[in-house]
Amino acid sequence: MRTFLLRRLLAAIPTLLIVSLIVFFAIRLIPGDVIDLMLAQNDIATGTDRARIEAALGMDRPLVLQYVVWLGGALRGDLGTSLWQNTPVTAQIAERLPISFELGLLAMLVALLFAVPIGVYSAIRQDTAGDYLTRSFSLLMLAIPGFWLGTLVMVFPSVWWRWAPPLDYTPFFADPVANLAHMLVPATLLGLSLSAVTMRMTRTMMLEVLRQDYIRTARAKGLSEGVVIVRHALRNGLVPVVTLVGLQAPILIGGAVIMEQIFVIPGMGLLLLEAVFQRDYPVISGVFLVVGIAVLSINLLVDLSYALLDPKTRRA
Amino acid sequence: MSAPAASAAASSPDSPVAPARAAWRELAGRLVREKPLGAAGAIVFALFLLCGLLAGALAPYGINETHLAHRLEPPSLTFLLGTDQLGRDVFSRVLHGARLSMIVALLAAGFSTVISVVLGLLSGYFGGWVDQLTQRFVDAWMVFPGLVLLIGAISIVGPGLGQIVVILSLLYGIAGSRVVRGAALGVQGQTYTLAARSLGARPLYVLWRHVLPNVMPVVLVLFTTRLGAVILAEAGLSFLGLGVPPPAPTWGGMLSGDGRTYMYVGPWLAIAPGLSLTAVVFAVNVFGDALRDLLDPKMRGIR
Repeated sequence: MRTFLLRRLLAAIPTLLIVSLIVFFAIRLIPGDVIDLMLAQNDIATGTDRARIEAALGMDRPLVLQYVVWLGGALRGDLGTSLWQNTPVTAQIAERLPISFELGLLAMLVALLFAVPIGVYSAIRQDTAGDYLTRSFSLLMLAIPGFWLGTLVMVFPSVWWRWAPPLDYTPFFADPVANLAHMLVPATLLGLSLSAVTMRMTRTMMLEVLRQDYIRTARAKGLSEGVVIVRHALRNGLVPVVTLVGLQAPILIGGAVIMEQIFVIPGMGLLLLEAVFQRDYPVISGVFLVVGIAVLSINLLVDLSYALLDPKTRRA
Repeated sequence: MSAPAASAAASSPDSPVAPARAAWRELAGRLVREKPLGAAGAIVFALFLLCGLLAGALAPYGINETHLAHRLEPPSLTFLLGTDQLGRDVFSRVLHGARLSMIVALLAAGFSTVISVVLGLLSGYFGGWVDQLTQRFVDAWMVFPGLVLLIGAISIVGPGLGQIVVILSLLYGIAGSRVVRGAALGVQGQTYTLAARSLGARPLYVLWRHVLPNVMPVVLVLFTTRLGAVILAEAGLSFLGLGVPPPAPTWGGMLSGDGRTYMYVGPWLAIAPGLSLTAVVFAVNVFGDALRDLLDPKMRGIR
């Protein structure tokens, strides 16, 4: 078990290095006239001049040296300073990350609460009207863009019933109820769109497991159908589903950007968008690096949970 | 690989054109007979394609033609889907939105598939350090969520139709190379490939003549699934204000920006673009799923 973990951890290091290379060198692709544009956009802001921007982006030193300095800083938790606000990028991210984390966690919870029971139902009642209905629903959820769903939820309740989802962010520890009331709608929408794939996967896995011999044995022993489904089938069928939930992390993060924008949640997505519109490249590359590390860690956790749930993979 | 396209191309090396056409016809026939829903999806997608192609002729008004006396009017016979806050005809704009969506979809899905094929074939066929290097890069690339990567890339190259096509092609092309690589690995161990190589055929010839035709089913499925993904991604970017800049009538753009504030007065503004988007993506997804079931059962459940 320990060697398994160690090997996975080591395998993540080259990927992380390439991630850092992509993040770093992408910023070098900025054409020179963009800096003029940045200056024009923010001319009154802070008396920033060209030399200062170039220095902040590290453009005044040889490329390889820049990379080493940047990577060294990143390892120490120093991702540079925002170009327009005089705050360290790390501080901005530390403030925004927990908010996105909460949104993502809630969305995942909604997705699982929704997808697993329906997926199981769909498998047990294979090829019935209910099965077709849930499968069409999941196909539909894959096609509906999250931002349209979000727009509809904003517009129509307000037109019909004069009610709109709250848009004022309150920190969780200041007022948990207000916080959750704000998060509920976007988390549900995000969870619903995530549940489409999870539902399909749960159904497929359950169908496969239900055909196994040990299920027939369990039924032959006279166990009730509920016990067979929950204790014997679900536990085995859920292993790949756990992996899938982990693999959906990138989709979740992408969807969160949209939801944060619509519902004004000051998380990482909104930070990225603000930075993109202000062309605040140190913030952009910081967000990218953190997102990359987050996804890599989730993948690692998925591998770990896989090993815990399925002893066969431990030796692999 | 028992797929029609592949077996036809492999069995008659002298005249690949006629059997290829027969294989296409057979595939279309199977689609209609075995997967009627998928065939319906293909037809709906073709209709959208036609709308995009004929947008100029079908649209009753110009995309930026304003009717100041008719601002924010609900749907009527004069303005089929109503008008927006500037008095522009929503129906005409949705039609032209179809044109933009289809241009992006076909170009980006096409280019991304080409990138996937080139990267995947080279990586899968040559193996060794080429493969190792490519795959580690693909690993790192796939760490970033698609939308986040797109947003970051737009921040560097700026918004615009050309930029979006290039970025979408790269994003999905690199990610999709995995699938092609897997298929190419399967083919390259086959006897006919080994035979060709031992006869002294050059690598490019073997790739073109033996490997490519046999991974074609996978490539076809990849292309169709990309269509829907690319349409959604472009719409998402336009919604965030990072797509083709206004006043271009993108479906995503029509749901964002100035339009949003007026939706509370004219809720019809929120319907048509989103509904078109959902319909076309739904159609192409259903078609893609059907095609995958017919051509490549192993890929089922992968998205």
